[in-house]
Amino acid sequence: MAVQNIIKVAARRREATLGFWERVYIFEVVRGLWITTEHFVGNLYYHILKLFGIIKVHPLTPTIQYPEEQRTLAPRLRTLHRLVRREDGSPRCVACMMCETVCPALCIKIVAAEGDKPQIEKRPKSFDIDMGRCIFCGYCVEACPEDAIRMDTGILDIAAYSREGMVLDIDTLLSLQPAQRRTDKEVDELQRRLLQ
Amino acid sequence: MNAVLYWTSTIAKSAYILVFPLTLAFFLAWAERKQSAVMQDRIGANRAKFLGRPFLGLVHMVCDAVKMFVKEDFVPDSGHRVLHTLAPFLAMFFALITFAVIPFGYQLTIAGETIGLQVADLNVGILFIFAMASLGVYGMVLAGWSSNNNYALLGGIRASAQMISYEICIGMTIIGAILALGTLSMQDLVIRQGYHYFGWLPRWGVLLQPLGFLLFFIAGIAETKRVPFDMPEGESEIIGFNLEYSSMKFAMFLFTDFIETVLIAAVTVTLFFGGWQIPWLFESGFVWPWGGGWEIHPNVVNILRMAAFAAKVTFFCWLMMAIRWTLPRFRYDQLMDLGWKWLLPLSLANIVVTALVVLLVN
Repeated sequence: MAVQNIIKVAARRREATLGFWERVYIFEVVRGLWITTEHFVGNLYYHILKLFGIIKVHPLTPTIQYPEEQRTLAPRLRTLHRLVRREDGSPRCVACMMCETVCPALCIKIVAAEGDKPQIEKRPKSFDIDMGRCIFCGYCVEACPEDAIRMDTGILDIAAYSREGMVLDIDTLLSLQPAQRRTDKEVDELQRRLLQ
Repeated sequence: MNAVLYWTSTIAKSAYILVFPLTLAFFLAWAERKQSAVMQDRIGANRAKFLGRPFLGLVHMVCDAVKMFVKEDFVPDSGHRVLHTLAPFLAMFFALITFAVIPFGYQLTIAGETIGLQVADLNVGILFIFAMASLGVYGMVLAGWSSNNNYALLGGIRASAQMISYEICIGMTIIGAILALGTLSMQDLVIRQGYHYFGWLPRWGVLLQPLGFLLFFIAGIAETKRVPFDMPEGESEIIGFNLEYSSMKFAMFLFTDFIETVLIAAVTVTLFFGGWQIPWLFESGFVWPWGGGWEIHPNVVNILRMAAFAAKVTFFCWLMMAIRWTLPRFRYDQLMDLGWKWLLPLSLANIVVTALVVLLVN
């Protein structure tokens, strides 16, 4: 009953909103043309100013000319992964397989090896992330007990000519740098303070 | 008139009237991208560059042409090879041949001889245009039929149904204009719009036939098969008659639409907006309605008139492009309703009223 009333009211309102002159349509066409022409003339004015170098940026178009201009990314945005190093340069990863286990897209493959120092039991022999499968959920970052994997490189344009090319190996992942100005040490310090 | 001048002027006129719509169609294909972008607060095509500069996106058009030429020219195995090849040529030919009777200026005087600025001054020019425009539908129908594809055939049938519906309306509308101006020759139609009411108001067809202009323009846009009447093509979702076409043959169908846009703009200008007439400009120069005037050489006057015709046509092309990027597509039943239930009765009423007024005034 209530639903039928709603439908009736909606139908009546629709009829009420379309007056005679709107049904004739031709005046509405003229009104629509007026709006688009206003935009046309306004934009054309600034395009001409820009063409003659009087202004540098068109104030009405929100277009970002992508490869040359790039929008600033939020610091917490999840972007391409990287593996964090210890202070001595070796990877922080201890090959605990937490990220591989939690990954819903099954894109992480870790092969463990015995650690080369007495205080490190395991180290990753290889650590591959298939970017063709990754869904950027960030679970691997959350799962990592050593804070060894982060998604803060700011790299979004990940592309390759083959499926194999989309698989990033451990050397590539270790070589990536964070996009932010904060270094690994500063991030560690911040996290320690937040946990206290 | 001596033979050399005759042949040179004829070839020059033919070249002008062939190059004019083709150039304008080329720029319309460019405007399709750029004007829509400017209307929608975008920037538009600017990636293809020549010598490091995009030249307002015009380089894209050159790239498009190269792409169209080097693509595979595909003919379906079960299709009719001859008709399949003939169809785009028919469509383009009938769109271009109509320009032969469009007066793009009045006359030039060279070496004591006057040259009328019109390729063929037929005394039934306006009928010639619509005869040829009606034959243009064969291009669409043959394209749909010879492809041996159900979707293409349906597109061709939609095209023919739409063209026939709106051609009737166009035919009825021009009768109003012919009654009001009293001639069928295109050049005479323009000359008879050169008078002024009260000494200042130009007697253009749109003043005599305001409703006629509106009906003609709507039906004309339907004739060009572009949005909001692009049911025969509907390239984005419903499939049209040019489904089985690729390469330059596809581009010819695309180009035919732009040439028809120029054609409808040219005919609208000729019938309703004074053709090459400029208000207050006579053979000897400007005569201002408030007295005085400028003496101008007759040949300069006629070159100004040619420029005026080109400018008016360009404006109407712009307007049709603006309409194309403003309105959504009509539903098929709305299209037929508009054609048969609104435009046709209104154009018939227009004829009756015009005929009565002409009878009473004379």
